[in-house]
Amino acid sequence: MRELKIIKPGLLTTVQDAGRKGFQQYGVPVSGVMDHYAFEMANLLVGNDAAEAVLEATLLGPEIVFEADGLLAVTGGDLGAVFNGEPLPLWQAVPVTSGDKLAFKGIRSGCRCYIAISGGLQVPVIMGSRSTYTRGNLGGHQGRALKAGDNLSVGDSPLPAAALTQPAEKRQITPAYQYAKEITLRVVPGPQEDAFSTQGLETFYQQPYTVTNECDRMGYRLEGTPIAHEAGADIISDGIAMGAVQVPGHGMPIVMMADRQTTGGYTKIANVISADLPLMAQAKPGDILRFTKVTVEEAQHIWAARQQEMAAVKKALALNPREETPPAHENTPSAHENTPYRKELFRFRRGGRPYALVVEELEE
Amino acid sequence: MYETTRYLAAGDHALVMEFGNEIADAINQKIRAMSLAIEQENIQGISELVPTYRSMMIHYDPLMISGENLTRQLRRLEQQLADIQLPPPRVTVIPTLYGGEYGPDLATVAGHNQLTETAVIEKHTSREYLIYMLGFTPGFPYLGGMDPAIATPRLATPRTKIKGGSVGIAGSQTGIYSIDSPGGWQLIGWTPVPLYDPEAATPILLKAGNYVKFEAITQADYEAMKPQLQNRTYTCREYPFTPGGDGHA
Repeated sequence: MRELKIIKPGLLTTVQDAGRKGFQQYGVPVSGVMDHYAFEMANLLVGNDAAEAVLEATLLGPEIVFEADGLLAVTGGDLGAVFNGEPLPLWQAVPVTSGDKLAFKGIRSGCRCYIAISGGLQVPVIMGSRSTYTRGNLGGHQGRALKAGDNLSVGDSPLPAAALTQPAEKRQITPAYQYAKEITLRVVPGPQEDAFSTQGLETFYQQPYTVTNECDRMGYRLEGTPIAHEAGADIISDGIAMGAVQVPGHGMPIVMMADRQTTGGYTKIANVISADLPLMAQAKPGDILRFTKVTVEEAQHIWAARQQEMAAVKKALALNPREETPPAHENTPSAHENTPYRKELFRFRRGGRPYALVVEELEE
Repeated sequence: MYETTRYLAAGDHALVMEFGNEIADAINQKIRAMSLAIEQENIQGISELVPTYRSMMIHYDPLMISGENLTRQLRRLEQQLADIQLPPPRVTVIPTLYGGEYGPDLATVAGHNQLTETAVIEKHTSREYLIYMLGFTPGFPYLGGMDPAIATPRLATPRTKIKGGSVGIAGSQTGIYSIDSPGGWQLIGWTPVPLYDPEAATPILLKAGNYVKFEAITQADYEAMKPQLQNRTYTCREYPFTPGGDGHA
């Protein structure tokens, strides 16, 4: 039985994947990870499909004992990860064996981290997803945040054994995001931009906003200069996208995140662009945000460029079985070409395995 | 309803088609027709449609289709809506226990409207209610068309926990709590039928654009339903909606 044992749960640790899609029309929130970038990278580092279920830990990380072999990666915010007593580098895969222990010493940057293990977390798939939606007691591990004593089942490792002994530097990446206490988020104009006065829009784009203590997976309440409406703050309810910036009557913006309700009745001044959502997801109380406007076309170009970078990382991390194991195909018996000093004499099979007899001369 | 539909960006992965700025059956019909047209057209890159009172949010993958191109295709489809044959909406009959422990505010609603409790139940069960949208909590239907004669303001102090299945009135709206949640609606009854069951093959009972009709049941009826409810084989009676119909199958 491959398992993770939760010794201490941390502040809020949940099982998440890419989210529960297709049920918003029934009022079911998408949920899923807050920071899709750190999530996908954690999975790619350990050789998983990018959308496998992982743990999302918040501010104060959990303490975990592994009863499984494979690769482990922690990405996202720096919560002070410690592996078997030694500091654990982030954005890097390390081999894990039964009895190993992961703990967290305290937050240094960001807000939440992602803990991926090869094989993924095998909680039941409910409505197409393994994500936890705690307000609806839905999905994840028993529909709730993890508690001490919980055991989570880990899937079979998709990695060939050779990958587990690969040098660490082959399985690490340099993240595209850095988490600072002051950040600028790019936004596109929201569907109700015309509900705000010119002055209100100027305020929003020129003044800083501070993240309040009321920030969770549902949304981030900000405080700063109140944003003036032109024609009232209430609308007939419509849909809410990830990163929507709602401004209720009090004039303070709320950025809607993974566990947001599917519909809502407040004016939306803007929407954080997808490529900047990881920065929003890693903001914490006291951090200062500024907003700057881009067009939808620009936002989609930025997104496409980010996805291309991720595809390149994915390619670099992909395990090429021909590099890992002896060649199994008759036409590719050797990774080397013939040279004046090296000649392949003949090929044969023995016990079902292909071999090549090669003569190499040493250079003087 | 607007003369020209507004196309509004909602970030770089979604757009909103806004058909009007009111709650009206005609808008809901147009949303249903547009949903069907989009499904039939099978536009690559659209991942989810979220209908609401007066708009529809369309979630899409910008790597598969640009916002501009999607808008162009949607405008074209909108011109062809007259050709869309909408199937008749379905009416789902919701068996409901009224009053007593199941509907602690039935007397308040009766008193507020100077009616007997029986008259409130009759009025509440006599109409078919259009499901404008689902939201608030998983499976919660926003219903339209309640008789104004039983309209009652919300509770001054909301309850901290309302049992899932509770049927309530808030102003001129009626609705059903889909899960245990806090809320300020006047509770007149309760249905034992789950509107939301994540483990079921169809996790959500209702769908926007269809109708709901309440049917008063007795405690004995409820007892008789229990075995089927427990093994998840109970299915609500359904019938096709006929405009101007008397509300009976």
